[in-house]
Amino acid sequence: MEHHAEVLTGGKWHQQIPSWRDFAAMLLILGIVILLGIGARQMVAPFVPAHPPEISLSPSQLPLYTLRTVIRMLAALVASLVFTFTYATLAAKSRRAEMVLIPILDVLQSVPILGYLSFTVLFFVSLFPGNVLGAELATIFAIFTSQAWNMAFSFYQSLRTVPHDLDEASRSFRDSAWQRFWRLEVPFAMPGLIWNMMMSMSGGWFFVVAAEAISVGDFKIALPGVGSYVARAIEQRDLGAIGWAIAAMTIAIVIYDQLLFRPMVAWADKFRFEQTAAQTVPKSWVLELFRRSRLMKGLSEPVGMTLYRAARFPLVLPGRLPRWSPPRRAVDVIWYALLLAGIAYVSWMILQYARSALSWDDVRTAASDGILTLARVVVLIAIASIVWVPIGVAVGLRPKLTEIIQPIAQFLAAFPANLLFPLAVYLIIRFHLSTEIWLSPLMILGAQWYILFNVIAGATAFPSDFREAAASFRVRPWHWWRYVMLPGIFPYYVTGALTAAGGAWNASIVSEAVRWGSTKLSASGLGAYIAQMTEAGDYPRIALGIAVMSMLVIIMNRLLWRPLYRFAELRTRLD
Amino acid sequence: MEKQKEPAIVEFHKVCKAYVKPSGEPLPVLKDIDIYLTEGEILGVLGRSGCGKSTLLRITGGLIEPTSGQVLYRGVPLVSPAEGIAMVFQTFALYPWLTVLGNVELGLDALGLPVDEARQRANTAIDLIGLDGFQSAYPRELSGGMRQRVGFARAIVSRPTLLLMDEPFSALDVLTAETLRTDFLDLWTTHQLPTKAVLMVTHNIEEAVLMCDRILVLGSNPGHIAAEVPVSLPQPRNRLDAAFHAIVDEIYSILTSRMTEAIATQSQVHSGLMQILSPISISRIAGFVETLSAPPYEGHAELSKIARPLALEVNDLFPIAAALHILEFAELKGGSIKLTAAGRVFVESGTEERKQLFREHLVRFVPLAAHIRQVLEERASHEAPRERFEFELQDHLNQMEAATTLSAVIDWGRYAELFTYDDRRQTFGLDHFFQK
Repeated sequence: MEHHAEVLTGGKWHQQIPSWRDFAAMLLILGIVILLGIGARQMVAPFVPAHPPEISLSPSQLPLYTLRTVIRMLAALVASLVFTFTYATLAAKSRRAEMVLIPILDVLQSVPILGYLSFTVLFFVSLFPGNVLGAELATIFAIFTSQAWNMAFSFYQSLRTVPHDLDEASRSFRDSAWQRFWRLEVPFAMPGLIWNMMMSMSGGWFFVVAAEAISVGDFKIALPGVGSYVARAIEQRDLGAIGWAIAAMTIAIVIYDQLLFRPMVAWADKFRFEQTAAQTVPKSWVLELFRRSRLMKGLSEPVGMTLYRAARFPLVLPGRLPRWSPPRRAVDVIWYALLLAGIAYVSWMILQYARSALSWDDVRTAASDGILTLARVVVLIAIASIVWVPIGVAVGLRPKLTEIIQPIAQFLAAFPANLLFPLAVYLIIRFHLSTEIWLSPLMILGAQWYILFNVIAGATAFPSDFREAAASFRVRPWHWWRYVMLPGIFPYYVTGALTAAGGAWNASIVSEAVRWGSTKLSASGLGAYIAQMTEAGDYPRIALGIAVMSMLVIIMNRLLWRPLYRFAELRTRLD
Repeated sequence: MEKQKEPAIVEFHKVCKAYVKPSGEPLPVLKDIDIYLTEGEILGVLGRSGCGKSTLLRITGGLIEPTSGQVLYRGVPLVSPAEGIAMVFQTFALYPWLTVLGNVELGLDALGLPVDEARQRANTAIDLIGLDGFQSAYPRELSGGMRQRVGFARAIVSRPTLLLMDEPFSALDVLTAETLRTDFLDLWTTHQLPTKAVLMVTHNIEEAVLMCDRILVLGSNPGHIAAEVPVSLPQPRNRLDAAFHAIVDEIYSILTSRMTEAIATQSQVHSGLMQILSPISISRIAGFVETLSAPPYEGHAELSKIARPLALEVNDLFPIAAALHILEFAELKGGSIKLTAAGRVFVESGTEERKQLFREHLVRFVPLAAHIRQVLEERASHEAPRERFEFELQDHLNQMEAATTLSAVIDWGRYAELFTYDDRRQTFGLDHFFQK
């Protein structure tokens, strides 16, 4: 073997061989492109509602099913992003639009996800008659409704809190609205947005089962995917198949976490607003691979440059529109009048519709069921807090342990707990337990982890000098909890408990009425009410149940969580 | 107005700015400002915080529209940020997700230059400002001084005619600020900058005298031009120069005389409820009094002399001096401060006597404190909501002044054990231990 001088001196020639990194990155990209292609091609196949494609329980079909489910979820995520960028931007930029859009978003967020499904599926299917695309869209829309709202809220909050000096700098450099959006507002909102995208993706899994195997009244459809696979397995009482589905989902979650979210989080670290260097920088091997691979760098540079040019493009309307600003007051008056008229008209419509279809008895049933479910949510959050707060604190104060436990807690929060429902049904039947009590824990099964990982985060962030002070004054254990630790983690706990409560409400629909093959178990509650009405295709009562649930969620947010947030904010600040 | 030889870069004609209070009343911030900024000039605007100097700068930058009056930039009315005006920010205002190069290129965004040309111009600016080698660094990796250099590079990269500087050195430590000032003046005096004129806002008197050709001293409530001080010393200027000192002292006495006048009128009208106080902690008051009574001052010092060893800037020094003057522990006169007899007693007393003395002075010279105490004594419950006094104050002061005044009185009243205050309930009260 000859030694070239260039090689020894590390000259240019050496630089040009593609390294293993190039091959790895290449493979990764090609693999993803091919997989997405396979999945997408089947989504536009012709489809005859009378003979839906049979879902096979063979594990060999699972990879393809999982792929299709993940593609649906990613499509919904893209839709959520588009929604976020438009809706939240409009709400943040226009005072008048804000007045309408933000309350609407508040309500949308509180509507249980299955509620959207029953109302929209027929619309989407009728859009593309004879093609599976309509049903696909309905499913994607259902997943979208589980993802979009918190992203939009986060983006809106970020837009509202863009630091004043950066905003002034942007204005004084005469950036156009387009430049400002991409150069200042989106980057500033990025960390919060990515975090919420991850939360959304997790939330989506929970409802995939319901969203892929849609059945509203007589209309039944099962799209090939993990969700349908699980639904079928439940129908067939096939515990083994459920096990396979759990394995497939776990693998899928790990894969997209590694390939998509880790790189995004590591990349987005530069958008953190704090001017100080962080102690722990998020890392991702995929991002490293792409950054280090010269081939990838060469390929991605033109793309990056184009995006950069697009963001810098001073997009302004040609020729300034003559500035005609009518008196603010007058516009406000007209705007309020329009709003009032709209609200009055819609209320009247609803009243008319409700009067013809519903009686006071229905309202009473729904309301009392609602109170039952509310009681369950409150008790479960309390129990989960008593269990997880001490454990979370114990873990959070031990950095080594935190490193191990925290990702597990986050994974468990992402894991669709409804896969474990069959086990619960089996146990309840086997031991003749009361459904009213023993179905309840299913509601909190997936949601409790939010309390755990938020408390862990709080305990980790607890200033060590506070701890040292408490230790050096030998504060007694009871006082240590009461005056040192609990106030310290309080804001984090509130965040966790709020998210958990939201999750529990949503889960009530699937967990108050569960089935295993032909065995159906149900507890009385609003969730079961909505589930039964959906099965019966009774639209007025579905709407009633959803309205009651939204109202309860909104009331709980207003009367409990917001005051708690404000209290936490006030009491835990030093200045 | 007489015609000057130099063409004007910026002209202000009777510019006023008023914000609208939540109650709908106008809150005047600037009143009848006339400015004529010519080519080749560094104009300083000097004043205490809250006198509207930042608003003035932002009006010049086109970021805020004046309520009335006219602003001309090179003879054309200015309505929005104009090409040829660039700004350096007190807080740097760097985008943390962009590298140094990216941040500097941001200054060129609006020009829509080709990418290559933008990069080249950015590199030239980076070079000039002494940032070469840091192109790929992110702001969080840089020290404060280097960050502000990026701020300067970003401002000059578009080759602006007018450079606006909003207290550009005040967020930096003393040494770094000095280096940056000198470097900037070097570039300016050797005409390496494309800029034709500079408008700088500052609260640092020495900095203004060091850098500016002309200084406008801004008075407050509402902001107006109180005096114009030309500085004709040649660059580079020497802080130890007698002429330099004379100008610094002159500005100090302009500012103090305006302050004592204001204090005198405020405490005389509207039963003293027009008095504006700044929340100065007791330890600062005590520390200042102790320093003043000790050698080398022996109870009497020029403000410009005592500011430096205590590392106090005008923003810190004047409120302390004002508080002492109001409480009559010291007297301000013509740029110097002198301990009163009560002030000397205060220094020599122990904790309890100090409280006693402070309490007596608080009741005598701060009408609001006496008023609160009296209301509390008259009421059967010995309690009164904060709102009550807030509303009374807002008859004479704007919302922010009322808030700071009230927080100063709360702090002093608590120290003097004149009354108690419960922040959670927003209520004043009398502790029965205090009642005599």
